[in-house]
Amino acid sequence: MAVVAASPLAAKVPAGPIAEKWDLHKNSLKLVSPTNRRKFDVIVVGTGLAGASAAASLAELGYNVKAFCIQDSARRAHSIAAQGGINAAKNYRNDNDSVWRLFYDTVKGGDFRSREANVYRLAQLSANIIDQCVAQGVPFAREYGGMLANRTFGGVLVERTFYARGQTGQQLLLGAYSALMRQVTTGKVEMYPRREMLDLVVVDGVARGIVCRNLITGAFETHAAHAIVLCTGGYGNAFYLSTNAKACNVTAAWRCYRRGAFFANPCYTQIHPTCIPVSGSYQSKLTLMSESLRNDGRVWVPKDANDNRPPNEIPDDQRDYYLERRYPTYGNMVPRDVASRAAKERCDAGYGVGESGMAVYLDFRDAIARDGLEVIKAKYGNLFHMYEKITAENPYQVPMRIYPAVHYTMGGLWVDYNLESTVPGLFVLGEANFSDHGANRLGASALMQGLADGYFVVPYTLGDFLARTVFPKVTINHPSFKETLVEARNRVERIVAAGGTRTADDIHRQLGQILWDKCGMARNASGLSEAIGEIQSLREEFWENVKVLGTGEALNQNLEHAGRVADFLEFGELMCRDALNREESCGGHFREEHQTPEGEALRDDENYCYVAAWEHRGADEEAALHTEPLSFEYVPLTQRSYK
Amino acid sequence: MAHTLNLTLRIWRQSDRDARGEFRTYDVRGISTHMSFLEMLDVLNEQLIQQGEEPVAFDHDCREGICGQCGMMINGQAHGPDRETTTCQLHMRRFENGQTITIEPWRARAFPVIRDLVVDRSAFDRIIQAGGYISVRTGQAPEANTLPVPYEDAEKALDAAACIGCGACVAQCKNASAMLFTAAKVSHLALLPQGQPERRRRVVNMVARMDSEQFGNCTNTYECEAACPAGISVGTISRMNREYLKARLAGVEPNL
Repeated sequence: MAVVAASPLAAKVPAGPIAEKWDLHKNSLKLVSPTNRRKFDVIVVGTGLAGASAAASLAELGYNVKAFCIQDSARRAHSIAAQGGINAAKNYRNDNDSVWRLFYDTVKGGDFRSREANVYRLAQLSANIIDQCVAQGVPFAREYGGMLANRTFGGVLVERTFYARGQTGQQLLLGAYSALMRQVTTGKVEMYPRREMLDLVVVDGVARGIVCRNLITGAFETHAAHAIVLCTGGYGNAFYLSTNAKACNVTAAWRCYRRGAFFANPCYTQIHPTCIPVSGSYQSKLTLMSESLRNDGRVWVPKDANDNRPPNEIPDDQRDYYLERRYPTYGNMVPRDVASRAAKERCDAGYGVGESGMAVYLDFRDAIARDGLEVIKAKYGNLFHMYEKITAENPYQVPMRIYPAVHYTMGGLWVDYNLESTVPGLFVLGEANFSDHGANRLGASALMQGLADGYFVVPYTLGDFLARTVFPKVTINHPSFKETLVEARNRVERIVAAGGTRTADDIHRQLGQILWDKCGMARNASGLSEAIGEIQSLREEFWENVKVLGTGEALNQNLEHAGRVADFLEFGELMCRDALNREESCGGHFREEHQTPEGEALRDDENYCYVAAWEHRGADEEAALHTEPLSFEYVPLTQRSYK
Repeated sequence: MAHTLNLTLRIWRQSDRDARGEFRTYDVRGISTHMSFLEMLDVLNEQLIQQGEEPVAFDHDCREGICGQCGMMINGQAHGPDRETTTCQLHMRRFENGQTITIEPWRARAFPVIRDLVVDRSAFDRIIQAGGYISVRTGQAPEANTLPVPYEDAEKALDAAACIGCGACVAQCKNASAMLFTAAKVSHLALLPQGQPERRRRVVNMVARMDSEQFGNCTNTYECEAACPAGISVGTISRMNREYLKARLAGVEPNL
């Protein structure tokens, strides 16, 4: 049983009606004068949508910003791979959309496990994001009259998603990146590419700096600041196979956890329904096919499990369009968690298609017949091209084969309403925090959250922190910096010195398999308990038997990867513990013991309507559970239904 | 259905920026035709580690063709033989059993080799820093639909904005010119109404920065367009040349 701490966490949600909370709160935040801002140094780690937008906005205000990224250029952060779109409550389609409806859809889509006040603020800020991006020159799709175009996404009944072909994340990130590069030119941002944050420096309980490794030279560096903004994304690569970029990792967030930041809801992972299926044991990553495809594609499997005919030869009455059958109101546009479980259910029951039997069809035949080939090509051309590249099959002629894959992580470091973690001075933005998506994220909401946090929340709340805090003078010569540096360096040296026989990649694959089998789309108590034991022994094996060649004093990609695997091996255990603790099903967390007779997720609002925030208590101690109770004053708790 | 290949790889190995490099030859066996090119290199690297030789360093990240981090010369072609395809999206079904594949880093003075197949492309960031943006602060933006953008202009701007900044254009060009990269950003912003106020200053400064980064000149061989995985057209270069000429005739001087 988890150790439960007594006092609930203070989320600092302001009082007042939900529609006025953010405005009232902003009015109460302290300001830093324009001339004093240049006296404050801020470190931003990560340059995806959250990091680049935060770094640029803070620099525009006049703070001295140091921005760090793991890639060779800030423009390559993984936000760039987001395909489908970004939500905003503009109501440009006159379909009765509103801030309220975006708020409502997001709370419901998250299966009532997010913080209402945060979600409402996100919906309020969504419209400003579109304005900002358009002003930066982001080339969103347009209608012939020159106005912005929209489409719909899963889990909603309006068209509020803005997009730039299948490259929305790329275009939004290039917008934020260009704002960041402008600030490099003004001298307010110092860029540190090819740096990996390996630890957080805490001085007298306050976050005051970071330790990072220069990936080109292998040199360890320390940097001091008045506040740290962590924007390092999610932990999906714990599963080895995911749609995340290969460098995505949990290390920065995990190191902050080890220094006192609570980790919230690590068991909430999003398994995205439409990905290209695994084709072999050599597979290095999985590729997403945008959710936007479900606007026009119909998902089906044969009605007869033994039907091995090519898909185009199977007549309509012998196809099971199972999403349309089970969820007539939302049809193919049910939220991701629901669509993924439904695909797994069909495949487990023996109806799956393709060589492995672990796939379902996503078919555009009817859409092409209805709208014409050119219309479909214009909407999804680059996605179809990518599918054909990977599978050597033409999706204009034969249905795509898809299967769910790990895509996004709703859990992350716990933050209060100001996006500040439990370590004062450490702010956490974007996918790296936990706050807005509950147990399941709706499509086109990740980009919205990253940019809302970076452009419009942290510039205000961070200013308040700086204005309220008395800062003793701390430089990198402070003993805490030296101690943290030595610890980080020792970890790296220990990996190099292990001199074993198994590669880090091989161990990572095994960890991924354990998590996928026992902490993936369906979980149960005995599987999770087994997984914890297996991860513990695999972790021991790693430290005794990992084989990394070369030195730490040069570019050594193998060493970088091994360090990330070491942290995934610690984190994976916490993920399983959290899943074991949560004796209910909600959103992407599906405990087989807790389901309705129809196989839908069954929540337990009596006992689990809370955020689970885990506190590190030392290497040999079990993590302690803190809870933040969630109350739903505006969207009443109900069983989610998309029927 | 998948079948397997046995291949000989000639790969450029160089331990750091200043070291002397050389080609080394490796055999890989049983490569599935379903593998991506980078997965084939993963197999080689696992094999090398087990044999006690340091793995080949190469840049990669998203492995779905959008981040622009990967890129290598494959048998003399940037990103290999497929059109509009990054190295990570190239699959082994494009190769024959028994084939020898020569793999080199991007070759350009402005992109020094860091190690093996990894190069330093920070010159691209500096070109963007010289003006590849619209100067708008967070909070200054007007309501998005107050500025209509004709459909055709938005589409053309997106065609140019699709550049992933991988550097294949530079690597393939015999002059190692960065004209296509620079022109893509200049075109993207010149085509949009938001980009007008800084239109002249932008092109002059970005071209000046490009020239100072030791990229070569353009001699219209169009190798860049052929190598570009994002399908950026050389038409953007014509547009940039016109933009540049107009700006200079109007008396705009570079100011870096």
